Amino acid sequence: MADPENPELTEKQKKEIAKWFLANAPTGEIQYVAKDVRLLMGDDRLYDMAAAEAFPLFNKDHLVVLEMPGRSGDVIISTFGEIDGANFFDPRTAQVATVDHVKQVCTNVRPANDDELPSAYIEEFRFALDAELCKYVVDTYPKGTCAVYCTRGKDVDGPGADFDFAVVISASRTSPQNFCNGSWRSIWTLEFKDDLQVVEVKGNMQVVAHYFEEGNVQLNTKHECRNSTIFQSPEDCAASISNIILHHETEYMASIEESYSHLPDTTFKDLRRKLPVTRTLFPWQNAMQFSLTRDIAIELGINK
Amino acid sequence: MEAAMDLMRRISPNQSETALSALLALLPHHSSELLSQVDQPLQVLMDGECAKEFILCEYNRDADSYRSPWSNKYFPPLEDGSLPSAEMRKLEIEANAIFSVYRDQYYEGGVSSVYVWEDDRQGFVSCFLIKKDGSKTGDGRRGYLHEGSWEAIHVIEVGPEEDGKAHYCLTSTVMLSLTTEEKPSGTFNLSGSIRRQDRSSNVKVNHMIMLVGGEERPLCDMFKSFEKDELKDRNRVFEIPFPTTETMAMSLSSPPMILSYVLVLAILHWQPPRASRKPPDCGT
Repeated sequence: MADPENPELTEKQKKEIAKWFLANAPTGEIQYVAKDVRLLMGDDRLYDMAAAEAFPLFNKDHLVVLEMPGRSGDVIISTFGEIDGANFFDPRTAQVATVDHVKQVCTNVRPANDDELPSAYIEEFRFALDAELCKYVVDTYPKGTCAVYCTRGKDVDGPGADFDFAVVISASRTSPQNFCNGSWRSIWTLEFKDDLQVVEVKGNMQVVAHYFEEGNVQLNTKHECRNSTIFQSPEDCAASISNIILHHETEYMASIEESYSHLPDTTFKDLRRKLPVTRTLFPWQNAMQFSLTRDIAIELGINK
Repeated sequence: MEAAMDLMRRISPNQSETALSALLALLPHHSSELLSQVDQPLQVLMDGECAKEFILCEYNRDADSYRSPWSNKYFPPLEDGSLPSAEMRKLEIEANAIFSVYRDQYYEGGVSSVYVWEDDRQGFVSCFLIKKDGSKTGDGRRGYLHEGSWEAIHVIEVGPEEDGKAHYCLTSTVMLSLTTEEKPSGTFNLSGSIRRQDRSSNVKVNHMIMLVGGEERPLCDMFKSFEKDELKDRNRVFEIPFPTTETMAMSLSSPPMILSYVLVLAILHWQPPRASRKPPDCGT
Protein backbone atom coordinates (compact mmCIF):
# COMPACT_ATOMS: atom_id res chain seq x y z
CA MET A 1 0.00 0.00 0.00
CA ALA A 2 2.43 2.69 1.14
CA ASP A 3 5.96 2.95 0.00
CA PRO A 4 8.10 2.38 3.10
CA GLU A 5 10.77 4.75 1.77
CA ASN A 6 8.20 7.45 1.47
CA PRO A 7 5.73 7.15 4.32
CA GLU A 8 4.04 10.45 3.51
CA LEU A 9 0.72 9.49 1.96
CA THR A 10 -0.94 11.58 -0.65
CA GLU A 11 -4.33 13.01 0.22
CA LYS A 12 -5.91 10.67 -2.26
CA GLN A 13 -4.36 7.62 -0.60
CA LYS A 14 -5.49 8.79 2.82
CA LYS A 15 -8.99 9.28 1.55
CA GLU A 16 -9.00 5.82 -0.01
CA ILE A 17 -7.93 4.27 3.30
CA ALA A 18 -10.67 6.11 5.18
CA LYS A 19 -13.19 4.98 2.59
CA TRP A 20 -12.05 1.39 2.89
CA PHE A 21 -12.51 1.36 6.66
CA LEU A 22 -15.93 2.95 6.44
CA ALA A 23 -17.16 0.69 3.68
CA ASN A 24 -15.98 -2.41 5.55
CA ALA A 25 -17.55 -1.51 8.88
CA PRO A 26 -19.66 -4.26 10.42
CA THR A 27 -23.44 -3.88 10.48
CA GLY A 28 -24.59 -1.21 12.88
CA GLU A 29 -21.07 -0.04 13.67
CA ILE A 30 -20.27 2.46 10.95
CA GLN A 31 -20.77 5.41 13.28
CA TYR A 32 -18.18 3.98 15.70
CA VAL A 33 -15.81 3.29 12.86
CA ALA A 34 -16.41 6.82 11.57
CA LYS A 35 -15.39 8.28 14.92
CA ASP A 36 -12.13 6.33 14.90
CA VAL A 37 -11.39 7.15 11.28
CA ARG A 38 -11.98 10.87 11.82
CA LEU A 39 -9.53 10.80 14.73
CA LEU A 40 -6.91 8.89 12.79
CA MET A 41 -7.16 11.13 9.75
CA GLY A 42 -6.68 14.30 11.76
CA ASP A 43 -8.02 16.20 8.78
CA ASP A 44 -11.75 16.88 8.83
CA ARG A 45 -11.91 18.13 5.29
CA LEU A 46 -10.43 14.91 3.93
CA TYR A 47 -12.53 12.83 6.27
CA ASP A 48 -15.73 14.54 5.14
CA MET A 49 -14.82 13.85 1.54
CA ALA A 50 -14.21 10.17 2.30
CA ALA A 51 -17.39 9.89 4.34
CA ALA A 52 -19.46 11.51 1.60
CA GLU A 53 -18.30 8.77 -0.76
CA ALA A 54 -18.27 5.79 1.61
CA PHE A 55 -21.54 6.21 3.51
CA PRO A 56 -23.86 5.94 0.50
CA LEU A 57 -22.10 2.73 -0.54
CA PHE A 58 -22.36 1.30 2.95
CA ASN A 59 -26.00 2.30 3.37
CA LYS A 60 -27.01 0.74 0.08
CA ASP A 61 -24.92 -2.38 0.61
CA HIS A 62 -26.26 -2.98 4.11
CA LEU A 63 -29.82 -2.09 3.10
CA VAL A 64 -30.03 0.42 5.91
CA VAL A 65 -33.57 1.23 7.01
CA LEU A 66 -34.41 4.85 7.84
CA GLU A 67 -37.52 6.29 9.37
CA MET A 68 -39.30 8.82 7.21
CA PRO A 69 -40.56 12.02 8.83
CA GLY A 70 -44.24 12.38 9.63
CA ARG A 71 -44.66 8.78 10.74
CA SER A 72 -45.09 7.69 7.20
CA GLY A 73 -43.06 4.51 7.65
CA ASP A 74 -39.56 3.34 6.87
CA VAL A 75 -37.59 3.53 3.69
CA ILE A 76 -34.93 0.99 2.71
CA ILE A 77 -31.79 2.44 1.22
CA SER A 78 -31.11 0.24 -1.78
CA THR A 79 -29.97 0.62 -5.36
CA PHE A 80 -33.43 -0.40 -6.51
CA GLY A 81 -35.10 2.62 -4.99
CA GLU A 82 -32.32 5.07 -5.79
CA ILE A 83 -33.49 8.02 -7.85
CA ASP A 84 -30.32 10.02 -7.40
CA GLY A 85 -27.60 10.01 -4.74
CA ALA A 86 -29.72 11.45 -1.94
CA ASN A 87 -33.27 10.54 -3.01
CA PHE A 88 -34.83 7.14 -2.53
CA PHE A 89 -38.21 5.93 -3.68
CA ASP A 90 -40.42 4.07 -1.22
CA PRO A 91 -42.89 2.07 -3.32
CA ARG A 92 -45.30 1.26 -0.47
CA THR A 93 -46.11 4.86 0.39
CA ALA A 94 -45.35 6.17 -3.11
CA GLN A 95 -43.04 8.74 -1.61
CA VAL A 96 -39.53 9.91 -2.30
CA ALA A 97 -37.33 10.32 0.75
CA THR A 98 -34.34 12.64 0.85
CA VAL A 99 -31.63 11.21 3.07
CA ASP A 100 -28.50 12.43 4.74
CA HIS A 101 -26.21 9.46 4.19
CA VAL A 102 -23.56 10.41 6.72
CA LYS A 103 -25.99 11.12 9.55
CA GLN A 104 -28.12 8.18 8.43
CA VAL A 105 -31.35 10.09 8.75
CA CYS A 106 -34.17 10.96 6.45
CA THR A 107 -34.52 14.72 6.13
CA ASN A 108 -37.52 15.18 3.89
CA VAL A 109 -40.24 13.35 1.97
CA ARG A 110 -42.36 14.31 -1.00
CA PRO A 111 -45.03 12.44 -2.92
CA ALA A 112 -43.59 10.66 -5.95
CA ASN A 113 -44.18 12.20 -9.38
CA ASP A 114 -46.34 10.38 -11.85
CA ASP A 115 -43.36 9.41 -13.98
CA GLU A 116 -41.73 7.77 -10.95
CA LEU A 117 -44.72 5.52 -10.28
CA PRO A 118 -45.52 2.26 -12.06
CA SER A 119 -48.64 1.80 -14.17
CA ALA A 120 -51.87 0.62 -12.52
CA TYR A 121 -51.41 -2.83 -14.06
CA ILE A 122 -47.92 -3.23 -12.55
CA GLU A 123 -48.95 -1.67 -9.27
CA GLU A 124 -51.61 -4.35 -8.87
CA PHE A 125 -48.97 -7.07 -8.93
CA ARG A 126 -46.58 -5.07 -6.78
CA PHE A 127 -49.18 -4.18 -4.19
CA ALA A 128 -50.46 -7.75 -3.82
CA LEU A 129 -46.93 -9.12 -3.37
CA ASP A 130 -45.97 -6.37 -0.94
CA ALA A 131 -49.02 -7.05 1.23
CA GLU A 132 -48.32 -10.78 1.26
CA LEU A 133 -44.63 -10.29 2.10
CA CYS A 134 -45.35 -7.77 4.84
CA LYS A 135 -47.30 -10.44 6.70
CA TYR A 136 -44.41 -12.88 6.37
CA VAL A 137 -41.73 -10.37 7.37
CA VAL A 138 -43.63 -9.10 10.41
CA ASP A 139 -44.12 -12.67 11.59
CA THR A 140 -40.57 -13.74 10.92
CA TYR A 141 -38.21 -10.87 11.51
CA PRO A 142 -38.51 -8.91 14.75
CA LYS A 143 -37.08 -5.76 13.24
CA GLY A 144 -37.55 -6.57 9.62
CA THR A 145 -38.53 -4.32 6.74
CA CYS A 146 -39.34 -5.26 3.20
CA ALA A 147 -40.00 -3.49 -0.06
CA VAL A 148 -41.03 -4.53 -3.56
CA TYR A 149 -39.67 -2.48 -6.45
CA CYS A 150 -40.45 -2.65 -10.11
CA THR A 151 -37.03 -2.67 -11.75
CA ARG A 152 -38.05 -3.05 -15.40
CA GLY A 153 -41.17 -2.43 -17.39
CA LYS A 154 -42.96 -0.20 -14.91
CA ASP A 155 -44.97 1.43 -17.67
CA VAL A 156 -46.37 -1.84 -19.03
CA ASP A 157 -50.10 -1.23 -18.93
CA GLY A 158 -51.57 -4.63 -19.62
CA PRO A 159 -50.80 -8.28 -20.43
CA GLY A 160 -48.39 -8.93 -23.28
CA ALA A 161 -45.07 -7.65 -21.99
CA ASP A 162 -42.34 -8.72 -19.56
CA PHE A 163 -41.45 -6.89 -16.36
CA ASP A 164 -39.09 -7.41 -13.39
CA PHE A 165 -39.45 -6.90 -9.66
CA ALA A 166 -36.91 -6.79 -6.87
CA VAL A 167 -37.82 -7.78 -3.33
CA VAL A 168 -35.61 -6.56 -0.52
CA ILE A 169 -35.78 -7.84 3.05
CA SER A 170 -33.55 -6.26 5.66
CA ALA A 171 -33.45 -7.01 9.37
CA SER A 172 -30.76 -6.02 11.77
CA ARG A 173 -30.22 -6.36 15.42
CA THR A 174 -27.67 -4.27 17.22
CA SER A 175 -26.81 -4.69 20.83
CA PRO A 176 -23.53 -2.94 21.53
CA GLN A 177 -24.00 -3.31 25.29
CA ASN A 178 -23.86 -7.07 24.78
CA PHE A 179 -20.96 -6.70 22.33
CA CYS A 180 -23.02 -8.28 19.61
CA ASN A 181 -24.51 -7.13 16.30
CA GLY A 182 -26.04 -9.00 13.45
CA SER A 183 -28.11 -8.66 10.33
CA TRP A 184 -30.14 -10.56 7.77
CA ARG A 185 -30.32 -9.34 4.21
CA SER A 186 -32.05 -10.96 1.29
CA ILE A 187 -32.62 -9.74 -2.24
CA TRP A 188 -34.99 -11.54 -4.59
CA THR A 189 -35.25 -10.76 -8.25
CA LEU A 190 -38.41 -11.77 -10.05
CA GLU A 191 -38.70 -11.94 -13.82
CA PHE A 192 -42.30 -12.00 -15.03
CA LYS A 193 -42.14 -13.59 -18.48
CA ASP A 194 -45.30 -12.95 -20.37
CA ASP A 195 -44.63 -15.21 -23.37
CA LEU A 196 -43.69 -18.26 -21.26
CA GLN A 197 -46.22 -17.45 -18.55
CA VAL A 198 -43.60 -18.07 -15.82
CA VAL A 199 -42.00 -16.04 -13.08
CA GLU A 200 -38.30 -16.75 -12.57
CA VAL A 201 -37.26 -16.27 -8.94
CA LYS A 202 -33.65 -15.73 -7.92
CA GLY A 203 -32.61 -15.22 -4.30
CA ASN A 204 -29.55 -13.94 -2.57
CA MET A 205 -29.36 -14.23 1.20
CA GLN A 206 -26.73 -13.08 3.62
CA VAL A 207 -26.30 -13.36 7.37
CA VAL A 208 -23.58 -11.58 9.27
CA ALA A 209 -22.89 -11.39 12.97
CA HIS A 210 -20.18 -9.71 14.98
CA TYR A 211 -19.27 -10.58 18.52
CA PHE A 212 -16.62 -8.42 20.14
CA GLU A 213 -16.28 -9.09 23.82
CA GLU A 214 -12.66 -9.99 24.63
CA GLY A 215 -12.00 -10.31 20.96
CA ASN A 216 -13.47 -10.08 17.53
CA VAL A 217 -15.42 -12.98 16.09
CA GLN A 218 -17.43 -12.62 12.92
CA LEU A 219 -19.79 -14.89 11.13
CA ASN A 220 -20.41 -14.34 7.47
CA THR A 221 -22.63 -16.54 5.35
CA LYS A 222 -24.02 -16.20 1.85
CA HIS A 223 -26.34 -18.25 -0.23
CA GLU A 224 -27.98 -18.11 -3.63
CA CYS A 225 -30.97 -20.01 -4.93
CA ARG A 226 -33.37 -20.19 -7.87
CA ASN A 227 -36.95 -21.22 -8.40
CA SER A 228 -39.89 -20.43 -10.62
CA THR A 229 -43.66 -20.30 -10.59
CA ILE A 230 -46.56 -19.78 -13.01
CA PHE A 231 -47.55 -16.31 -14.14
CA GLN A 232 -51.06 -15.95 -12.72
CA SER A 233 -53.33 -13.27 -11.35
CA PRO A 234 -51.70 -10.68 -9.07
CA GLU A 235 -53.11 -12.35 -5.94
CA ASP A 236 -52.05 -15.86 -6.92
CA CYS A 237 -48.62 -14.67 -7.98
CA ALA A 238 -48.18 -12.90 -4.66
CA ALA A 239 -49.15 -15.99 -2.71
CA SER A 240 -46.91 -18.39 -4.60
CA ILE A 241 -43.92 -16.03 -4.72
CA SER A 242 -44.04 -15.26 -1.02
CA ASN A 243 -44.36 -18.96 -0.38
CA ILE A 244 -41.20 -19.61 -2.37
CA ILE A 245 -39.38 -16.90 -0.43
CA LEU A 246 -40.58 -18.24 2.91
CA HIS A 247 -39.60 -21.76 1.96
CA HIS A 248 -36.07 -20.84 0.84
CA GLU A 249 -35.35 -18.53 3.73
CA THR A 250 -36.51 -21.06 6.30
CA GLU A 251 -34.50 -23.76 4.62
CA TYR A 252 -31.43 -21.57 4.55
CA MET A 253 -31.67 -20.78 8.25
CA ALA A 254 -31.93 -24.49 8.94
CA SER A 255 -28.84 -25.17 6.89
CA ILE A 256 -26.85 -22.50 8.73
CA GLU A 257 -27.93 -24.19 11.90
CA GLU A 258 -26.68 -27.44 10.51
CA SER A 259 -23.36 -25.94 9.60
CA TYR A 260 -23.09 -24.81 13.17
CA SER A 261 -24.01 -28.17 14.55
CA HIS A 262 -21.37 -29.77 12.36
CA LEU A 263 -18.67 -27.55 13.72
CA PRO A 264 -17.81 -29.30 16.97
CA ASP A 265 -17.87 -32.88 15.80
CA THR A 266 -16.66 -32.88 12.26
CA THR A 267 -15.62 -29.60 10.74
CA PHE A 268 -13.71 -28.40 13.69
CA LYS A 269 -11.86 -31.64 14.21
CA ASP A 270 -9.77 -30.60 11.27
CA LEU A 271 -8.43 -27.85 13.45
CA ARG A 272 -8.39 -29.05 17.00
CA ARG A 273 -9.89 -32.06 18.67
CA LYS A 274 -11.93 -31.82 21.82
CA LEU A 275 -9.91 -34.61 23.36
CA PRO A 276 -6.61 -36.09 22.29
CA VAL A 277 -6.60 -39.07 19.94
CA THR A 278 -6.36 -41.25 23.02
CA ARG A 279 -9.73 -39.84 24.14
CA THR A 280 -8.48 -38.96 27.60
CA LEU A 281 -7.06 -35.71 28.86
CA PHE A 282 -3.43 -35.33 28.10
CA PRO A 283 -1.22 -37.30 30.53
CA TRP A 284 1.12 -34.51 31.48
CA GLN A 285 2.77 -36.60 34.16
CA ASN A 286 3.93 -39.18 31.66
CA ALA A 287 4.39 -36.95 28.73
CA MET A 288 8.11 -37.48 28.51
CA GLN A 289 7.77 -41.22 28.48
CA PHE A 290 5.23 -40.75 25.80
CA SER A 291 7.50 -38.66 23.71
CA LEU A 292 10.42 -41.02 24.28
CA THR A 293 8.47 -44.04 23.17
CA ARG A 294 7.31 -42.05 20.22
CA ASP A 295 10.80 -40.98 19.32
CA ILE A 296 12.03 -44.54 19.55
CA ALA A 297 9.12 -45.72 17.48
CA ILE A 298 9.87 -43.13 14.85
CA GLU A 299 13.53 -43.98 14.91
CA LEU A 300 12.82 -47.67 14.46
CA GLY A 301 10.41 -46.79 11.73
CA ILE A 302 7.48 -48.42 13.50
CA ASN A 303 5.14 -45.49 13.46
CA LYS A 304 5.67 -43.51 10.36
CA MET B 1 -3.58 4.63 18.88
CA GLU B 2 -6.73 3.83 20.80
CA ALA B 3 -8.82 4.56 17.77
CA ALA B 4 -6.61 2.30 15.68
CA MET B 5 -7.03 -0.57 18.09
CA ASP B 6 -10.77 0.00 18.20
CA LEU B 7 -10.87 -0.26 14.42
CA MET B 8 -8.99 -3.53 14.56
CA ARG B 9 -11.65 -4.89 16.89
CA ARG B 10 -14.37 -4.02 14.42
CA ILE B 11 -12.97 -4.86 11.02
CA SER B 12 -13.58 -8.46 10.02
CA PRO B 13 -10.66 -10.70 11.02
CA ASN B 14 -10.52 -11.88 7.42
CA GLN B 15 -9.47 -8.41 6.43
CA SER B 16 -7.16 -7.69 9.31
CA GLU B 17 -4.02 -7.80 7.18
CA THR B 18 -5.36 -5.14 4.84
CA ALA B 19 -6.56 -3.13 7.81
CA LEU B 20 -3.18 -3.35 9.48
CA SER B 21 -1.26 -2.25 6.42
CA ALA B 22 -3.68 0.65 6.02
CA LEU B 23 -3.11 1.70 9.63
CA LEU B 24 0.65 1.37 9.24
CA ALA B 25 0.52 3.65 6.24
CA LEU B 26 -1.65 6.12 8.10
CA LEU B 27 0.38 6.09 11.32
CA PRO B 28 3.99 5.40 10.32
CA HIS B 29 5.35 6.72 13.62
CA HIS B 30 3.24 4.20 15.57
CA SER B 31 4.30 1.24 13.49
CA SER B 32 6.19 -0.70 16.16
CA GLU B 33 3.35 -0.17 18.62
CA LEU B 34 0.81 -1.35 16.09
CA LEU B 35 2.82 -4.39 15.09
CA SER B 36 3.24 -5.46 18.69
CA GLN B 37 -0.41 -4.97 19.65
CA VAL B 38 -2.23 -6.31 16.65
CA ASP B 39 -2.43 -10.06 16.41
CA GLN B 40 -1.05 -11.23 13.14
CA PRO B 41 -1.07 -14.63 11.51
CA LEU B 42 1.83 -16.76 12.70
CA GLN B 43 4.63 -17.47 10.25
CA VAL B 44 6.78 -20.58 10.18
CA LEU B 45 10.34 -21.18 9.05
CA MET B 46 12.27 -24.39 8.39
CA ASP B 47 15.09 -25.26 10.74
CA GLY B 48 17.51 -26.68 8.19
CA GLU B 49 19.61 -28.39 10.81
CA CYS B 50 16.84 -30.43 12.42
CA ALA B 51 14.57 -30.50 9.37
CA LYS B 52 11.68 -29.27 11.51
CA GLU B 53 9.49 -26.21 11.17
CA PHE B 54 9.26 -23.64 13.92
CA ILE B 55 7.02 -20.66 14.57
CA LEU B 56 8.21 -17.08 14.40
CA CYS B 57 7.27 -14.46 16.94
CA GLU B 58 8.69 -11.37 18.59
CA TYR B 59 10.20 -13.53 21.31
CA ASN B 60 12.60 -15.52 19.16
CA ARG B 61 13.55 -12.67 16.87
CA ASP B 62 16.93 -10.97 16.81
CA ALA B 63 17.44 -8.41 14.06
CA ASP B 64 15.93 -10.12 11.01
CA SER B 65 16.65 -13.66 12.16
CA TYR B 66 14.64 -16.10 14.24
CA ARG B 67 15.96 -18.69 16.66
CA SER B 68 14.76 -22.23 16.24
CA PRO B 69 13.78 -24.01 19.45
CA TRP B 70 15.02 -27.26 17.97
CA SER B 71 18.64 -26.47 17.11
CA ASN B 72 18.92 -23.23 19.12
CA LYS B 73 20.34 -21.58 15.99
CA TYR B 74 19.22 -18.49 14.14
CA PHE B 75 17.71 -18.63 10.67
CA PRO B 76 18.87 -16.95 8.51
CA PRO B 77 22.21 -17.41 10.32
CA LEU B 78 23.14 -14.67 12.75
CA GLU B 79 26.60 -14.37 14.26
CA ASP B 80 25.95 -13.25 17.81
CA GLY B 81 22.21 -13.64 18.24
CA SER B 82 21.13 -13.65 21.86
CA LEU B 83 20.58 -17.09 23.39
CA PRO B 84 18.80 -18.12 26.57
CA SER B 85 20.92 -19.20 29.55
CA ALA B 86 21.82 -22.85 29.86
CA GLU B 87 19.20 -23.32 32.54
CA MET B 88 16.46 -21.72 30.47
CA ARG B 89 17.52 -23.61 27.39
CA LYS B 90 17.17 -26.89 29.24
CA LEU B 91 13.67 -25.90 30.26
CA GLU B 92 12.95 -24.91 26.72
CA ILE B 93 14.07 -28.23 25.25
CA GLU B 94 11.93 -30.19 27.61
CA ALA B 95 8.91 -27.92 27.18
CA ASN B 96 9.14 -28.23 23.42
CA ALA B 97 9.27 -31.99 23.59
CA ILE B 98 6.22 -32.22 25.81
CA PHE B 99 4.30 -29.57 23.99
CA SER B 100 4.75 -31.22 20.61
CA VAL B 101 3.27 -34.43 21.97
CA TYR B 102 0.36 -32.42 23.31
CA ARG B 103 -0.04 -30.71 19.96
CA ASP B 104 0.04 -33.99 18.13
CA GLN B 105 -2.62 -35.45 20.35
CA TYR B 106 -5.03 -32.57 20.06
CA TYR B 107 -4.31 -31.16 16.65
CA GLU B 108 -3.17 -34.21 14.73
CA GLY B 109 -0.59 -32.18 12.90
CA GLY B 110 0.35 -28.56 12.93
CA VAL B 111 3.47 -26.88 14.24
CA SER B 112 4.32 -25.89 17.79
CA SER B 113 7.18 -23.98 19.38
CA VAL B 114 8.01 -22.99 22.92
CA TYR B 115 10.41 -20.21 23.85
CA VAL B 116 11.72 -19.56 27.34
CA TRP B 117 13.81 -16.64 28.50
CA GLU B 118 14.69 -14.71 31.65
CA ASP B 119 12.99 -11.41 32.20
CA ASP B 120 14.51 -8.38 33.91
CA ARG B 121 12.90 -9.08 37.24
CA GLN B 122 14.52 -12.41 37.95
CA GLY B 123 11.50 -14.33 36.87
CA PHE B 124 11.09 -15.93 33.52
CA VAL B 125 8.74 -15.77 30.59
CA SER B 126 7.75 -18.47 28.21
CA CYS B 127 5.73 -18.37 25.08
CA PHE B 128 3.84 -21.35 23.67
CA LEU B 129 2.74 -21.23 20.08
CA ILE B 130 0.60 -23.54 18.00
CA LYS B 131 -0.32 -23.20 14.36
CA LYS B 132 -2.59 -25.58 12.57
CA ASP B 133 -3.70 -25.31 8.98
CA GLY B 134 -6.91 -27.24 8.54
CA SER B 135 -7.63 -26.39 4.94
CA LYS B 136 -7.91 -28.94 2.17
CA THR B 137 -4.44 -28.13 0.95
CA GLY B 138 -3.02 -28.09 4.47
CA ASP B 139 -2.72 -31.02 6.82
CA GLY B 140 -6.40 -31.18 7.69
CA ARG B 141 -7.33 -34.63 6.53
CA ARG B 142 -11.03 -34.94 6.83
CA GLY B 143 -11.73 -32.40 4.18
CA TYR B 144 -14.70 -30.71 5.81
CA LEU B 145 -13.07 -27.36 5.63
CA HIS B 146 -12.58 -25.32 2.55
CA GLU B 147 -10.20 -23.16 4.47
CA GLY B 148 -9.39 -23.12 8.14
CA SER B 149 -6.72 -22.25 10.61
CA TRP B 150 -6.23 -22.26 14.32
CA GLU B 151 -3.42 -20.30 15.89
CA ALA B 152 -2.81 -20.02 19.59
CA ILE B 153 -0.32 -17.93 21.51
CA HIS B 154 0.05 -18.42 25.23
CA VAL B 155 2.47 -16.17 27.03
CA ILE B 156 3.16 -16.93 30.64
CA GLU B 157 5.13 -14.57 32.82
CA VAL B 158 6.38 -16.01 36.06
CA GLY B 159 7.51 -13.54 38.69
CA PRO B 160 10.49 -14.01 40.99
CA GLU B 161 10.22 -16.52 43.73
CA GLU B 162 9.19 -15.40 47.21
CA ASP B 163 8.93 -17.96 49.96
CA GLY B 164 8.69 -20.73 47.45
CA LYS B 165 5.80 -19.08 45.62
CA ALA B 166 5.50 -16.84 42.61
CA HIS B 167 3.00 -14.77 40.70
CA TYR B 168 2.17 -15.61 37.18
CA CYS B 169 0.22 -14.04 34.43
CA LEU B 170 -1.06 -16.03 31.50
CA THR B 171 -2.23 -14.25 28.37
CA SER B 172 -3.83 -16.47 25.78
CA THR B 173 -4.74 -15.41 22.31
CA VAL B 174 -6.52 -17.72 19.94
CA MET B 175 -7.06 -16.76 16.32
CA LEU B 176 -9.20 -18.83 14.08
CA SER B 177 -10.77 -18.79 10.73
CA LEU B 178 -12.82 -21.35 8.92
CA THR B 179 -14.84 -21.48 5.75
CA THR B 180 -16.99 -24.28 4.50
CA GLU B 181 -18.54 -24.34 1.09
CA GLU B 182 -21.35 -26.77 0.64
CA LYS B 183 -24.11 -26.92 -1.88
CA PRO B 184 -27.14 -26.45 0.32
CA SER B 185 -25.82 -23.90 2.74
CA GLY B 186 -23.62 -21.79 0.52
CA THR B 187 -20.55 -20.20 2.04
CA PHE B 188 -20.19 -20.27 5.75
CA ASN B 189 -17.37 -18.30 7.24
CA LEU B 190 -16.52 -17.87 10.89
CA SER B 191 -13.39 -16.08 11.94
CA GLY B 192 -12.06 -14.17 14.84
CA SER B 193 -9.71 -13.85 17.72
CA ILE B 194 -10.17 -13.96 21.44
CA ARG B 195 -7.68 -12.80 24.00
CA ARG B 196 -7.89 -13.57 27.66
CA GLN B 197 -5.71 -12.86 30.64
CA ASP B 198 -5.46 -14.95 33.73
CA ARG B 199 -3.49 -13.81 36.74
CA SER B 200 -2.75 -15.89 39.67
CA SER B 201 -0.55 -15.40 42.63
CA ASN B 202 1.01 -17.83 45.00
CA VAL B 203 1.66 -20.63 42.64
CA LYS B 204 4.21 -22.90 44.15
CA VAL B 205 7.26 -21.90 42.30
CA ASN B 206 8.95 -25.26 42.55
CA HIS B 207 6.32 -26.55 40.23
CA MET B 208 7.84 -24.39 37.59
CA ILE B 209 11.48 -24.57 38.39
CA MET B 210 11.77 -28.23 39.22
CA LEU B 211 11.28 -29.04 35.61
CA VAL B 212 14.92 -28.35 35.07
CA GLY B 213 16.22 -31.12 37.23
CA GLY B 214 13.34 -32.82 38.91
CA GLU B 215 11.89 -36.24 38.60
CA GLU B 216 8.38 -34.89 38.51
CA ARG B 217 6.95 -33.01 35.60
CA PRO B 218 6.61 -29.64 37.16
CA LEU B 219 5.40 -27.65 34.20
CA CYS B 220 2.31 -29.76 34.54
CA ASP B 221 0.21 -27.11 36.19
CA MET B 222 1.05 -24.65 33.56
CA PHE B 223 0.27 -27.08 30.78
CA LYS B 224 -2.92 -28.19 32.42
CA SER B 225 -4.11 -24.64 32.44
CA PHE B 226 -3.52 -24.39 28.68
CA GLU B 227 -5.39 -27.55 28.13
CA LYS B 228 -8.28 -26.23 30.13
CA ASP B 229 -8.13 -22.88 28.39
CA GLU B 230 -7.92 -24.26 24.93
CA LEU B 231 -10.89 -26.45 25.58
CA LYS B 232 -12.74 -23.44 26.88
CA ASP B 233 -11.86 -21.39 23.84
CA ARG B 234 -12.87 -24.16 21.55
CA ASN B 235 -16.19 -24.56 23.27
CA ARG B 236 -16.87 -20.89 23.55
CA VAL B 237 -16.48 -20.27 19.92
CA PHE B 238 -17.66 -23.37 18.26
CA GLU B 239 -19.92 -25.59 20.18
CA ILE B 240 -23.60 -25.67 19.72
CA PRO B 241 -24.74 -25.47 23.25
CA PHE B 242 -27.16 -28.17 24.15
CA PRO B 243 -29.48 -25.83 26.02
CA THR B 244 -30.22 -23.88 22.87
CA THR B 245 -31.12 -26.72 20.57
CA GLU B 246 -34.62 -26.24 21.87
CA THR B 247 -34.47 -22.53 21.31
CA MET B 248 -33.31 -23.24 17.83
CA ALA B 249 -36.00 -25.71 16.99
CA MET B 250 -38.52 -23.26 18.30
CA SER B 251 -37.24 -20.39 16.29
CA LEU B 252 -37.40 -22.38 13.11
CA SER B 253 -41.01 -21.44 12.80
CA SER B 254 -40.34 -17.97 14.13
CA PRO B 255 -37.69 -15.33 13.50
CA PRO B 256 -34.58 -16.43 11.64
CA MET B 257 -32.94 -13.24 12.80
CA ILE B 258 -33.49 -13.99 16.44
CA LEU B 259 -32.23 -17.41 15.71
CA SER B 260 -28.89 -16.39 14.36
CA TYR B 261 -28.59 -13.84 17.11
CA VAL B 262 -29.38 -16.29 19.88
CA LEU B 263 -27.16 -18.81 18.22
CA VAL B 264 -24.13 -16.60 18.07
CA LEU B 265 -24.66 -15.32 21.58
CA ALA B 266 -25.25 -18.72 23.01
CA ILE B 267 -22.30 -20.21 21.24
CA LEU B 268 -20.06 -17.55 22.51
CA HIS B 269 -21.29 -17.47 26.05
CA TRP B 270 -21.83 -21.05 26.74
CA GLN B 271 -19.50 -22.84 29.10
CA PRO B 272 -19.74 -26.59 29.30
CA PRO B 273 -20.82 -28.14 32.55
CA ARG B 274 -17.56 -29.96 32.50
CA ALA B 275 -18.15 -32.86 34.81
CA SER B 276 -21.67 -33.69 33.80
CA ARG B 277 -21.20 -33.80 30.11
CA LYS B 278 -18.92 -36.19 28.31
CA PRO B 279 -17.88 -35.14 24.85
CA PRO B 280 -19.81 -37.23 22.36
CA ASP B 281 -16.75 -38.66 20.70
CA CYS B 282 -15.35 -40.37 23.76
CA GLY B 283 -17.99 -43.06 23.84
CA THR B 284 -16.01 -45.92 22.46
